[in-house]
Amino acid sequence: MKKLLLGNEAIARGAYEAGVKVSAAYPGTPSTEISETIAKYPEVYAEWAPNEKVAAEVAIGASISGVRSMCCMKHVGLNVAADPLFTCAYTGVGGGLVAVVADDPGLYSSQNEQDTRMIAKAAMIPVIEPSDSAEAKAFIKRAFELSEKYDTPIILRSTTRLSHSQGIVELEDRTEVADKPYEKRIDKYVMMPGMAKKRHLFVEDRLNRMAEDMASDPLNRVEYGDKKIGFITSGIAYQYVKEAMPEASVLKLGVVNPLPEKLIREFAANVDTLYVFEELEPVIEEKVRAMGIKAIGKEVFTRQGEYSANLLRKVVLGKTDYEEAMAGLPGRPPVLCPGCPHRSVFSVMKSLKLHVIGDIGCYTLGAVAPISVIETTICMGSSISTLHGVEKAKGKEYIKNWVCVIGDSTFLHTGVNSLINSAYNKSSGTVVILDNRTTGMTGHQDHAATGKNLKGEPAPAIDLVELCHAIGVNRVRTVSAFDRAELTAALKEETQADELSVIITKAPCVLLKGNVFPNKVFVNNEKCIGCGACITCGCPALSKQDKKAKINPEMCNGCGLCASFCKFGALEKREVVR
Amino acid sequence: MNTNIMIVGVGGQGTLLTSRILGGIAIEKGYDVKLSEVHGMAQRGGSVVTFVRYGDCVREPIVEEGQADVLIAFERLEAARYHHFLKKGGVMIVNDVVIEPITVISGATTYPTDVLDSLEGKYKIVKVDANKIAAEVGNQRVFNTVVLGVAARHMNVEKEVWLKVIENTVPPKTVDINKKAFLTGLGE
Repeated sequence: MKKLLLGNEAIARGAYEAGVKVSAAYPGTPSTEISETIAKYPEVYAEWAPNEKVAAEVAIGASISGVRSMCCMKHVGLNVAADPLFTCAYTGVGGGLVAVVADDPGLYSSQNEQDTRMIAKAAMIPVIEPSDSAEAKAFIKRAFELSEKYDTPIILRSTTRLSHSQGIVELEDRTEVADKPYEKRIDKYVMMPGMAKKRHLFVEDRLNRMAEDMASDPLNRVEYGDKKIGFITSGIAYQYVKEAMPEASVLKLGVVNPLPEKLIREFAANVDTLYVFEELEPVIEEKVRAMGIKAIGKEVFTRQGEYSANLLRKVVLGKTDYEEAMAGLPGRPPVLCPGCPHRSVFSVMKSLKLHVIGDIGCYTLGAVAPISVIETTICMGSSISTLHGVEKAKGKEYIKNWVCVIGDSTFLHTGVNSLINSAYNKSSGTVVILDNRTTGMTGHQDHAATGKNLKGEPAPAIDLVELCHAIGVNRVRTVSAFDRAELTAALKEETQADELSVIITKAPCVLLKGNVFPNKVFVNNEKCIGCGACITCGCPALSKQDKKAKINPEMCNGCGLCASFCKFGALEKREVVR
Repeated sequence: MNTNIMIVGVGGQGTLLTSRILGGIAIEKGYDVKLSEVHGMAQRGGSVVTFVRYGDCVREPIVEEGQADVLIAFERLEAARYHHFLKKGGVMIVNDVVIEPITVISGATTYPTDVLDSLEGKYKIVKVDANKIAAEVGNQRVFNTVVLGVAARHMNVEKEVWLKVIENTVPPKTVDINKKAFLTGLGE
């Protein structure tokens, strides 16, 4: 049967068909839908882990026990999972093990643009890279075979464009793979110096063998056309080459680590001018150059952002026959949704003129004008420890007008480690956990405090208050995110306190199913004097028209935050039928 | 020859649903097809773009500058932002409503209400107030299906195919209203 599938859905389908039994992940754009898709197959155990390190270790355990397993993450998740995966490269696998890692060239939803291939190279883990949905399914199946054949974890690398594009995929049946018997292999699975030294030699040999074999593997292929120009390319960039210059010769690499020297040398010898066309870092290019082969790469193609067929037309063919974009149009950056509880919390922090250290989630949008409250954002879970660092550098008094904010899911991801550190090392900071009962930005995934798991089954829910107490935080209080008066009082009090405190602001994400305010807000034009105070709350449903506030009734979710900004009672909450 | 369609709008307006209907049409007609979508942060009220390409053999999943046969815009400013993706003489279907971006709401800049005027003559521009029509049909939220109906007037696909794909794509509870919205957009 043929079906139109997202790259992510195709990856999940391929893993399913390959007989994968265990899958673990933490949500992260652009990788999230892989887990959401695979969770629907009853034959596969799938879970949300609190973070990518845990997910990778779950997959490693399953693999050691003898079944095919996988873990999925976005590129920065690989940093979190790097510790177990780097060593898993040494231990090798029992059942096939694939780590799916989705990069984000162009930064659609990320804090950096790192290239997974560089990390994989450092980890000595082979990388396979498909170029569309059909290949995504086929390649991950092959990845499981190669993992077992070469006794190695494999990284299947995707990018946002591949993960979030749909293409036609031919569905096949699942092949059940017999569990391998568990083997007690202390020499292989206990990585202490004596054993690891030997395994390091094995890893080196493995990569060399693979590089040799991959020269004739169908994952890598040569398409000769006009031999005046040849491209070495991989992943989605291959499609841009075929689009812009279908007549050119192409070496399409499906395995981007290790690189098949023999094949590269042969191809290079057969074309007059050689280009290396790869998004992000010059991984293939550096190898080609190190082999003494002349090639054109990053001196004409950028390291930043996504590639396109037009980039090739412009750089290689000198053609740009399209109109310019219109200059000077107002930008439309993403914003917190109307009715978002984070907006209310930020409005209080703004009125108290607090310095706010941020974290990763929807609430990072608190850095965008006109809210402009968040002052730093580094990575998942970093807010609490960053605030702790500021305090240890500048002293207790200095941070009396500082707080940090972290979402419930991000807190459980890695924030909890930082809170342990802050408690242990006697921080006096104020930590605000923005508890909206979900992982919001990635599209509402459950986590260890929501009471449900990835399979949709009821699950134990961590009590965040009790958790903070157990860590050693004495001052823990819970406030409704929309109760600005109480939140103001709480923030004033806790920032002045001489010990660590946690304020949990509660209100479910407005996009969560069934979470509907009974009201919408309407402008009473008699009372509105057009002062614009309500506009400063930064809600996209509000605007000013004919010197009066105007609320877009389709967008308003009825939280009433704007009404609390109006001194004239001109914004009225009215019950509506939805 | 491939057909290149681009759908632009504001995160949350349902560009994904529209592109998935178009993808279904391509499958139904037996074409090769690729779609490209936007998930994650940009969906939160930002400017969003989705692409649909179908034909004999589709390579890249995106539509690039100067290549769109049809640009479906769910908002006026977004139509202007991506106009240059259209081929010369391409069709621009604009849901002619204004949604002020936060940069305008906050007073940092103003909304250029006449933004499409300079494009007249370059493309075949079809303006429609789909929100109003959708409200008349019975639910303002199906405005995107009204726009799709208008776009369908400029595409060579049988009405029955559209209706079948809409039925298979939209949430079951909304099939009737979406069909009605589509037919109204189509002019029936």
